Amino acid sequence: MAYVAVKGGETAIANAHRWLAEERRGDPAVPEIDVTQIREQLSLAIDRVMCEGSCYDRDLAALAIKQARGDIQEAVFMIRAYRTTLPRFGASEPLDTIQMRAARRISAAFKDIPGGQVLGPTFDYTHRLLDFTLAANGEADIPPALKSEEPQEYPMPNIASVFAHEDLLEVDVPTPDAPEPYDLTRQPMRFPAGRDQRLQALARGDEGFLLGLAYSGMRGWGNTHPLCGEIRYGEVDVEFVPEELGFPIEIGEILLTECVMITGGKGGANKAPQYGRGYGLVFGHCERKSMSMSMVDIALKAADAGEAANAPVKDEEFVLYHSDNVEASGFVQHLKLPHYVDFQAGLLTIRQLRAEFFERQRANGEATEPAAIGELVS
Amino acid sequence: MNALAQQNALAQQVAPAPLLSVTGLSKRFGNVAACSDVSFDLYPGEVLGIVGESGSGKTTLLNCISGRMAPDAGEVAFATRRFGLSDIYSLSEPDRRRMQREEWGFVHQNARDGLRMRATASANVAEPLMNMGGRHYGKMRAETEKWFNRVELDPSRLDGQPRLFSGGMQQRVQIARNLIHRPRLVFMDEPTGGLDVSVQARLLDLMRELVRDLNLAVVLVTHDMAVARLMADRLLVMKQGKVVETGLTDQVLDDPQQPYTQLLVSSVLQI
Amino acid sequence: MTVTAQQSNQPTQQYNYAYLDEQTKRMIRRAILKALAIPGYQVPFGSREMPVPYGWGTGGIQVTAAIIGPDDVFKCIDQGADDTTNAVSIRQFFAKVADVATTEATSEATIVQSRHRIPEKTLKQGQILVLQVPQPEPLRGLEARETETRAMHAYEEYGVKYVSLYQSIAAHGRITTGAGYPAMVNQRYLMTPSPIPKFDNPKINQSDAIMLFGAGREKRIYAVPPHTDVRSLDFEDYPFEIQSWEEICALCGSEDSYLDEVVLDDEGNRMFVCSDTHHCSVRRDAGHAGPLAGHALATAQEAAE
Repeated sequence: MAYVAVKGGETAIANAHRWLAEERRGDPAVPEIDVTQIREQLSLAIDRVMCEGSCYDRDLAALAIKQARGDIQEAVFMIRAYRTTLPRFGASEPLDTIQMRAARRISAAFKDIPGGQVLGPTFDYTHRLLDFTLAANGEADIPPALKSEEPQEYPMPNIASVFAHEDLLEVDVPTPDAPEPYDLTRQPMRFPAGRDQRLQALARGDEGFLLGLAYSGMRGWGNTHPLCGEIRYGEVDVEFVPEELGFPIEIGEILLTECVMITGGKGGANKAPQYGRGYGLVFGHCERKSMSMSMVDIALKAADAGEAANAPVKDEEFVLYHSDNVEASGFVQHLKLPHYVDFQAGLLTIRQLRAEFFERQRANGEATEPAAIGELVS
Repeated sequence: MNALAQQNALAQQVAPAPLLSVTGLSKRFGNVAACSDVSFDLYPGEVLGIVGESGSGKTTLLNCISGRMAPDAGEVAFATRRFGLSDIYSLSEPDRRRMQREEWGFVHQNARDGLRMRATASANVAEPLMNMGGRHYGKMRAETEKWFNRVELDPSRLDGQPRLFSGGMQQRVQIARNLIHRPRLVFMDEPTGGLDVSVQARLLDLMRELVRDLNLAVVLVTHDMAVARLMADRLLVMKQGKVVETGLTDQVLDDPQQPYTQLLVSSVLQI
Repeated sequence: MTVTAQQSNQPTQQYNYAYLDEQTKRMIRRAILKALAIPGYQVPFGSREMPVPYGWGTGGIQVTAAIIGPDDVFKCIDQGADDTTNAVSIRQFFAKVADVATTEATSEATIVQSRHRIPEKTLKQGQILVLQVPQPEPLRGLEARETETRAMHAYEEYGVKYVSLYQSIAAHGRITTGAGYPAMVNQRYLMTPSPIPKFDNPKINQSDAIMLFGAGREKRIYAVPPHTDVRSLDFEDYPFEIQSWEEICALCGSEDSYLDEVVLDDEGNRMFVCSDTHHCSVRRDAGHAGPLAGHALATAQEAAE
């Protein structure tokens, strides 16, 4: 059979894109998904795409999810690529999460805390039983949640302020001469990494990867079984100081999840015993991610304190280099690209080595060479 | 006084040029003074033993004088080939590292710290030659084979992996790797620690022979007085960061002046 | 920001010339200049997320985007061929965002972006070769940590690499590295020339052209300016050698180009053809013919042109 080369790369690509679009659409008899539906009804997918895409825009995330056919990592990639094209006006003022209008706020450390334990909209205590009324689109008859008689009081003091009176929890306050926070979207990763670089990398990092690392830390590969000091989820105002005005103005609000994990309790010769803190902050309602992030933060801080990086979660280079799923996916999947030139180099070498091996065997009187197969056509 | 020390005493009268000169070396960790005001000179061909219990500061001292840790005070001067007598901490880091590679050896207690465990024994031993610019594979391999014989290792194990060797064998590879480039000064940190007593004895004999044949200057840190007696010409006895006694090995061990030294010596098992 | 469905469905937005904004291009150019000033040294740069995945040429694309202008002529190859899918994709990208002329002829190109090969035709002064690099660190396979490898380069401590070559000879009687063969640049920095076959290494030494290396995912740029000494590592008694074949190109008869092996059937029949497709077609146009000239491969190639 004569060989027919794979040619017409351009045509092939164009057709592949068209076929992909057909797959994305699915059965044309079924109504097309509206991006607003995705935005409203798949909000946790939106949250994850915004969080790992590092771009807070619910509509863009919804579009990316639709275009990516529901592949969240692919959607994250699209958002990141889009983000690259956006002009940078500047940085907001630091977010004041104490002012958060929290829809949900819990603490495992105390039975009750000022502001109360507010359950909020959570999967936590649901029974994971598939609800077939959802398949039948029977949502119209669900009774609304009851509102409390008294409005929730804000601000809710956070766990740090609870501990502050006794100075029991370590505080991270930048010194007045601290440099601008590192920006991974503008500068390459650098080691040893400062905490600003770490937290930014973790905030953008793959939820699954961080979850696995946090889990490993709890199970002996590391030493992290912390206490959940607080998780809060809700709206936070974003403030920005335009150069022309010289004072901060509110430019909008975003939904955030913040998690503070508490650990340790050791001190040193020159330091009174204090609890250590792990911090997680993510866009949207990504609780699992915020918890994982704060636990990985704790493990990485251990290395700062001189502990050996004897577990993957404590190894800064291991964690930060491999937590970005856009990089990871790109590199892993690049293996699909043609590698036949380097492979040819390898083939030449292995054939040479084989020839020498069988030559040596023949010289020693042991012939084990398989019969020559095929014929060279050249 | 043993023959070598006599020789050195004589040499000192004729040409008083120490190879390594430590002056007023101090190092603190927080509140703890790990090393206080340590001074000594080391001459070519001399073996200096630094002895003391764990916590005496001998490891800190070793790290400071071998260029691994800058002291808080004091000077470590070495007669470098490229720059003459210099405080090693006044050299730039690249220069200091190059000097460490080319003119010194460092035998670790644990072979894991002194060898590339993922490389073959022969590659480990050849590496210093390659670092010094060696580019002829055949010649370097022959040299590693020579050294294998010299440290009494079976040349059939040349391409073996050190991680599969016994502890004693690993130390022999480490010794070969640290002598092949003909350093003038070798640091040894408990080189026979953790080994079987009989293995230790054979290794110590080998080391003594090599030190003598190559006229090496050695700084040997050990808590084991028997090792000190066998290897060292002179001793520095350390307690809580300070040198409490110093002198020729035989004198210090046979006639210790300080109560602490007496305690140390009396606790040694006579083999 | 609330966006109506209409806004979300906006047609392609207007991009800056060559996709990247001017600030980013400036940042990359500074990195390139630094790289040229320190041949072989890996310069960290703020690599951006591109519409193409990391690992698929974003480094090369960013380098090209920073230096390309409307008067350039752009050639893009992958594995030596202009028509492999990724080369097509990248060439289309630049044709669109840089409005630049493209070509398959090496001698006509001012910028050649390539994955894993250097063209057979010797590059001249005024040409720039941009190579796509998956892993810029030649020591990465031996030392995982960036903090360690950075120190090794700073201290010029390349012992671990020589150890690995020594062991290769001990185990196999030769240095077995076939591609991405490490080379010493300007007698100072060890570099990987990217996964080009060692066959192409000599082309980097004392070239008249500028060679730029972009690693987008790892965020490093390095460079070899013209007329720089680039020496592939070897031993005196095991000198560096390039690959050779017993066969010649089945289509054009070339005896000294890098050959691809093409499997013809599952009975072990195969043929060898030039990896550099343009080089091969130029030879065929000039009348050279190999033993399988007129083969389906050549016919399809001509049909596609």
